[in-house]
Amino acid sequence: MATRAETSLLGHFTAAADAARRDAAARFARHGLPTVRDEAWKYTSLRALAEVDFTPAEAGTAPMPDLPVLRDLPDMPRLVFINGFYRADLSAPPAWAKPSTAPDLTQVAGEPFAALNTMFTQDGARLAVPAGMDAGTLLLLTLTIGDGAGGKAGAIVLASPRHRITLGAGAALSVLEITAGSGSYLHNAVLEVALGAGATLRHRRLQDEAERAFAVATLYADLAERATYDALIFTVGAALSRTEAHVALTGAGATLSLDAAQALAGRQHGDITTMLSHDAPQCRSRQTIRNVLDGAARGVFQGRIDVARAAQKTDGYQMNHALLLSPLAEIDSKPELRINADDVKCSHGATVGELDADQIFYLRSRGITEAEARSMLIHGFLAEPLGVIEDGPMRDVFDRALLRSLRTGAA
Amino acid sequence: MDTPLDSNEALRAVTEGGYKFGFETDIEMDIAPVGLSADIVRLISARKNEPAWLLEWRLAAFATWQQMEQPKWANLAIPPIDLQALHYYAAPKKTAGPKSLDEVDPELLRTYEKLGIPLRERAILAGVEGAGERQVAVDAVFDSVSVATTFRETLAAAGVIFCPISEAVRSHPDLVRRYMGSVVPVSDNYFAALNSAVFSDGSFVFVPRGVKCPMELSTYFRINARNTGQFERTLIIAEDGASVSYLEGCTAPQRDENQLHAAVVELVALDDASIKYSTVQNWYPGDAEGRGGIYNFVTKRGACRGARSHISWTQVETGSAITWKYPSCLLIGEGSVGEFYSVAVTANHQQADTGTKMVHLAPNTRSTIVSKGISAGHSANTYRGQVHMGRKAAGARNHTQCDSLLIGDLCGAHTIPYIEVRNPSAKLEHEATTSKLSEDQLFYCRQRGLSAEDAVGMLVNGFCKDVLKELPMEFAVEAQKLLAVSLEGSVG
Amino acid sequence: MLEIRDLHATITTADGQTREILRGIDLSVPDGEIHAVMGPNGAGKSTLAHVLSGRDGYEVTAGSAMLDEQDLLAMAPEERAAAGVFLAFQYPVELPGVGNAHFLRTALNAQRRARGEAELDAVQFLKLARAEIKRLAMRDDMLKRQVNVGFSGGEKKRNEVLQMGLLRPRVAVLDETDSGLDIDALRIVAEGVNALRAPRFSALVITHYQRLLDYIVPDRVHVLAAGRIVRSGGPELARLLEAEGYAAIEQAA
Repeated sequence: MATRAETSLLGHFTAAADAARRDAAARFARHGLPTVRDEAWKYTSLRALAEVDFTPAEAGTAPMPDLPVLRDLPDMPRLVFINGFYRADLSAPPAWAKPSTAPDLTQVAGEPFAALNTMFTQDGARLAVPAGMDAGTLLLLTLTIGDGAGGKAGAIVLASPRHRITLGAGAALSVLEITAGSGSYLHNAVLEVALGAGATLRHRRLQDEAERAFAVATLYADLAERATYDALIFTVGAALSRTEAHVALTGAGATLSLDAAQALAGRQHGDITTMLSHDAPQCRSRQTIRNVLDGAARGVFQGRIDVARAAQKTDGYQMNHALLLSPLAEIDSKPELRINADDVKCSHGATVGELDADQIFYLRSRGITEAEARSMLIHGFLAEPLGVIEDGPMRDVFDRALLRSLRTGAA
Repeated sequence: MDTPLDSNEALRAVTEGGYKFGFETDIEMDIAPVGLSADIVRLISARKNEPAWLLEWRLAAFATWQQMEQPKWANLAIPPIDLQALHYYAAPKKTAGPKSLDEVDPELLRTYEKLGIPLRERAILAGVEGAGERQVAVDAVFDSVSVATTFRETLAAAGVIFCPISEAVRSHPDLVRRYMGSVVPVSDNYFAALNSAVFSDGSFVFVPRGVKCPMELSTYFRINARNTGQFERTLIIAEDGASVSYLEGCTAPQRDENQLHAAVVELVALDDASIKYSTVQNWYPGDAEGRGGIYNFVTKRGACRGARSHISWTQVETGSAITWKYPSCLLIGEGSVGEFYSVAVTANHQQADTGTKMVHLAPNTRSTIVSKGISAGHSANTYRGQVHMGRKAAGARNHTQCDSLLIGDLCGAHTIPYIEVRNPSAKLEHEATTSKLSEDQLFYCRQRGLSAEDAVGMLVNGFCKDVLKELPMEFAVEAQKLLAVSLEGSVG
Repeated sequence: MLEIRDLHATITTADGQTREILRGIDLSVPDGEIHAVMGPNGAGKSTLAHVLSGRDGYEVTAGSAMLDEQDLLAMAPEERAAAGVFLAFQYPVELPGVGNAHFLRTALNAQRRARGEAELDAVQFLKLARAEIKRLAMRDDMLKRQVNVGFSGGEKKRNEVLQMGLLRPRVAVLDETDSGLDIDALRIVAEGVNALRAPRFSALVITHYQRLLDYIVPDRVHVLAAGRIVRSGGPELARLLEAEGYAAIEQAA
């Protein structure tokens, strides 16, 4: 039986839309929103969404919202999207980028939220860096304003941006992506990444969505030979979020570094799901995930590494650490290895625990208060993955977000 | 020093090839008509002279089972099983149980002899260092009904009850009623429900308060009747302060048709009690092309009900075409301990989806998981394990080590852990690795004069050492043989 | 006698290129003699050791290696071992979970079986092993430990010499056994080799430095450079190398 959410979403779908959208809608109508009976959603229940009415967002002219994360942003080329639509008036695009484009729906994947995005997406950034070019650093700001931004009363805004980043052979780009917003909304983003031979993408993603927001981001990346994708996903916001990364290492010698950290408190639910396909030989993947969970927060990490028969000499590593700070916090972790080649080196690990009492005592014996000691250790635990961000304005954005999350939630 | 566990002879003795335990025993069988219905359930119960309460229990289980579907979540390709084409009851034709070994069918004794099972009044196992006169009681299950039991007197003197469960139903109905189905509920899963409806026989062990069982208990299962579903049911209870070690091993005759085995094993440990359950499983795995072989769908679960109770599962799984098995521990008593040590070998076209569940429900509970998976040929080997630490599991600990070894590039090794932690003071560490058999190690052994197969056997046994050392000595030697045998021909 | 004639061997590199490492080695080690093979890095010293012992990854393109009329190159590694070829590894391999005593007895009995000799039982083996351990000033617990697991560099090398002492090869090939040894360990290892000196034992001591040869005095010294023996001489050649370096010798050759 369709939920109210499913009914409202299908109700807003325009039947006249093109074939890709119709296929997506048909799939969505068939499967609906995933439930915990779906193995891929075993630990993330969408019951909180089920009885909500959704209204697809429309283009608007709202001013830049005043959000902490937007203060003191680094001065660099930027693209701003609000409620899924490009805002030329707020952006400063680099010359090579096509800031706004009707999304290309030719590669539609089957994941339920990607299908939902396909149904409603209108706009997104198209970042194509030509072969050999070092395109420097770019700020991609995707904001959602929930309250009063269109739709009938009682309905929640659905924003569906779809971005694509393509790097030609040997090209390089750094992207600082920030997603944030205000009020209640569902931000359902799709990000497609295609890296040519020897290309390097550094991707720093900060999810600092509004307290009452639902945020789902589905990422698809394809790495050609010797390409490097260096991603860091940092999650502090949203009531319920899921970041789902599908990375295919399709060219020999490709390298993936996919680190994630989440600091959650209150009743927040944060899900990081990664699905890696090692399809070609001599690829290397590294993943370290860190969770700090306070209050009644619930963290989920699902990581799967598939190694195909052809992917000899694969080197895969995955580690999930969780710190539980409160009796009501929870972590669920499902790190999977599926290996079909023999000459491989793959490992995964998981640790769960609380703050180390010896460390706290050590700090207190040096005169630091317990609260400070805890905060210091939590900061240290989370700051480690941020260490990959080179010092400078980009790093400052993450550090400030981390400090904010520690003040409001953890510690 | 060099122990029998490290015996070169053991390795060499088994490198002679083939599945050696594939023979049939020609004993007259009393076989029920094919198919499954409430009437068959009634027939089984009637043949076994069961009390009315048990028939009702079976019929309720049958009704539950009819509402269920075969689970599909495992990483297994299971050919459709026609449960209506199976026989659900087969027993050697005997009017009464034998009074002594002299009365046991000599053919059966010869079968055990071929298997190397010491079915004697005093089993003194040769080559066991320091074991002296080690006693092993054997409650042999031949197909469905126990036909030989030894050591009754010694055990009885200690107050230990060790008998076929069919007998316990009559002699100790209160105990059976209290505990059977209390760890694995009838509705737990499809195969457990099926077993509850039609279980044939199995072992019952009761170790009373404060008693340390004076010998290791072992049961040898053997599948022998064509198209006979095997539905063993075992129940082991250790009261406060009691301890017992139970060994189980199986081999099966070679044949072409698939055979289903769906056993249920329940363990209950009360305060300070300890149960060690060891299995060497070497049922017919099918031929090199994947024809035939046993389907092994087993539900094994132990409940650590008492404070500081301890349940340890050790398994060496080399046989069966398909294995679906997760010996688990419910850690209900404060400070209770669960352990799972597993070696699973798959070769040719074998499939295994095996692992454990450690469910921590009380403070200061501890669990250890050591899993060694070895895949060769075209096989698929999945470790699936759950560690759950509930809200009340303050100070709980788990350590999981899960290693996979790949031999050849056509097999698969999969690791699927589920880690669920609900208490901040619980601590969990999980490590998993997958790698191939090292060329360097192989060469090193061969340079010292070992053949490639001996080298593989030695390296694989080394890889599994942390599990094998948990086995009772006589099982460890057998397990080493099995590992070497099951991987024969895997390295060219 | 070990006789190597015009031995050529190639490897295939990661990028698919074929490279010739041995380019025509001629070398005879008569029974009872110890020969040293010295040479700069990349000369092919370890390749020679690996090709003689039958390690995968090399292709012999020409030449022969005979031990007492037996064609080593036609044999599997374990057959060469049974014939009496022992390689002391430069980097001894760790065998997790495999006990040293079990490993050694299995290896010894496999070789004895292959040669048609009676196998040793546990008691006989232990007696032999303990004597050897004592001779090498090793601790008794060596036998209980897992093969090379958790051994220091020096312990690993001593374990190689222990194995050699037990297996009593016809020809021992010592591949840079001196690397990573302090002076005490070096002396013990050398004594272990010297003690094996016998009319039916010969050794090929591969080393980069002259140091080891102060303790194991070779009957002959061969200089290997770019895959060929470029010069041979008595023990004095090693000292000359130490004094003048490989470059001088290579140029002179």
